[in-house]
Amino acid sequence: MPKEVTDVICPFCGTLCDDLIVTVSDDNKTILGVKNACAIGAEKFNHQRLPGRVKRPRMRQADGTYKEITYDEAIDWTANMLVKSRKTLMYGWASTSCQAMSVGHDIAEKVGGIVDNCATVCHGSSLIAIEDVGVPSCTLGEVKNRADRVIFWGCNPAHAHPRHMSRYSIFPRGFFTVKGHKGRKIYTVDCRYTDTAKCSDEFIQVQQGYDYELLNAFRTAARGEVLPDTVGGVPKEKIYEIVEDLKTCRFGIIFFGMGLTHTMGRNHNIDIAINLTRDMNDYTKFAIMAMRGHWNVTGSGQVLGWQYGFPYAVDLSRRDQARHQTGETTSVDLLNRSEVEACFYIATDPGAHFPIDAMKSSAKKPTVTVDPHINCTTEISDIHIPVAMVGVEVGGCAYRMDNVPIETRKVVDPPEGMLTDEELLTKINHRVDELLAKGGA
Amino acid sequence: MTSKITLNMITCRTIQQGVGMEAGKTSQKYFDACTIIHMHPEDMKKLGIWKNTNVRVTSSVGSVIVKAVETREDLVPGLAHIPMGPWANHIVPAYTYSTGEPCFKGFPVEVEVAMNERIMGAVEIVQDACGLIRK
Repeated sequence: MPKEVTDVICPFCGTLCDDLIVTVSDDNKTILGVKNACAIGAEKFNHQRLPGRVKRPRMRQADGTYKEITYDEAIDWTANMLVKSRKTLMYGWASTSCQAMSVGHDIAEKVGGIVDNCATVCHGSSLIAIEDVGVPSCTLGEVKNRADRVIFWGCNPAHAHPRHMSRYSIFPRGFFTVKGHKGRKIYTVDCRYTDTAKCSDEFIQVQQGYDYELLNAFRTAARGEVLPDTVGGVPKEKIYEIVEDLKTCRFGIIFFGMGLTHTMGRNHNIDIAINLTRDMNDYTKFAIMAMRGHWNVTGSGQVLGWQYGFPYAVDLSRRDQARHQTGETTSVDLLNRSEVEACFYIATDPGAHFPIDAMKSSAKKPTVTVDPHINCTTEISDIHIPVAMVGVEVGGCAYRMDNVPIETRKVVDPPEGMLTDEELLTKINHRVDELLAKGGA
Repeated sequence: MTSKITLNMITCRTIQQGVGMEAGKTSQKYFDACTIIHMHPEDMKKLGIWKNTNVRVTSSVGSVIVKAVETREDLVPGLAHIPMGPWANHIVPAYTYSTGEPCFKGFPVEVEVAMNERIMGAVEIVQDACGLIRK
């Protein structure tokens, strides 16, 4: 008799939806159906039952093919690689549990690794800006219950966080927002007329790369100063009108995404968006929030934050101190300069999401990739270690985009004999201890 | 009509790319979602192509073959979009301006017709660039 598991947490995006219902076969091995999830979340759960999943570690041979090896062999190879290398890039972490990260950081401390997470090519700029100027933020619950002005700036939740709008930002009725969508005014600022813009009351089309200028114009207008006729392609009358409207709201929120962090200006774009939020707090209550991408990239920032004081790109290769310097200890820069001796990727796919020049550099080094599935990175690695899918086959703590910790759930059993991230890292950690006790590899 | 046009390139997530990614990097869904370039109809006219024609997109760091398509998420003329993935990242400049973030959005590319050229697979394009494919 198939059974339904309720209140399942979706391990795809930073929205961490917590109301999924997953139907599981009675032997607890196969997912039969998913309710309430978005298209991407449903696909993630359905992927669990696809045939052809790799169940044991694989090692690349000289002829380019892969040979199956045991977990013990893979763990030994990995531990040796980590101990031998004087500087190892340990990148990923955004799609695994906080418990696994903690073990990974322990290894990094011992072998002198550089721990970096997906924020480095995502919201890293936002984190730089937050370090610089702070962040007046809130939780998604507050947005749902209070926000009557919502601005999506350079983000497209309709595609990247599909249920964000229905759960928190546009449509839901909350305690003080009883009219739901009708009680809110939604603005979208983007260089494309995105699907999110189509759900908005007003679309402001900014010229690509002119976000800083437009945000600056908003601040200028809020102070009642003079503006040029157009800023970033937006007429000044429009800017004055929007700013006046924002001043009269009860609770405003700016959600921002890759449109700000990836374009020219990077952290300065976020910096000025935060300053605009601060300015608006002279008139009303205003908050700002980053639309975090991976479901637990916030968690990686949190764990690194409370362990070392920096949210990403933490260099532990000096052993006695943690260092963080963007442009120096960030993954893409390290690979560009070919500065690391080995690469350890976990729960991520830089092969698909890093610029190819960085990956060309990575492919020349000993590489181990830990991921449940075959991806672009596993196929250029020396060793691919498959693990159970966190949030589907094993639970663990994750942080939502508003820094609220949520315990994800195990829904089905992993394939027989398959290790979880935490178990695998613990075994690697023990092997590293043994090798170090012997005086290195 | 010209043989080559210069466009401003951005790379972003699309929901099809997200679904394809979760279906598997080697899946047809992922291939279909990411091996495209969204172009404005006016730019297609300038280049003299119909939609669904293969084009070569060249940036300062490399070039990639993708299929030119129209999008319902309207672009302005001169702006083009390839969904994030190994094809887009084949032409993304890796320089980070000391921020750690490469230029995923807002870099110039040249687009030219490559009607009969083949689009590489996800793993193939990465392995090929890294010199791991034996020829």
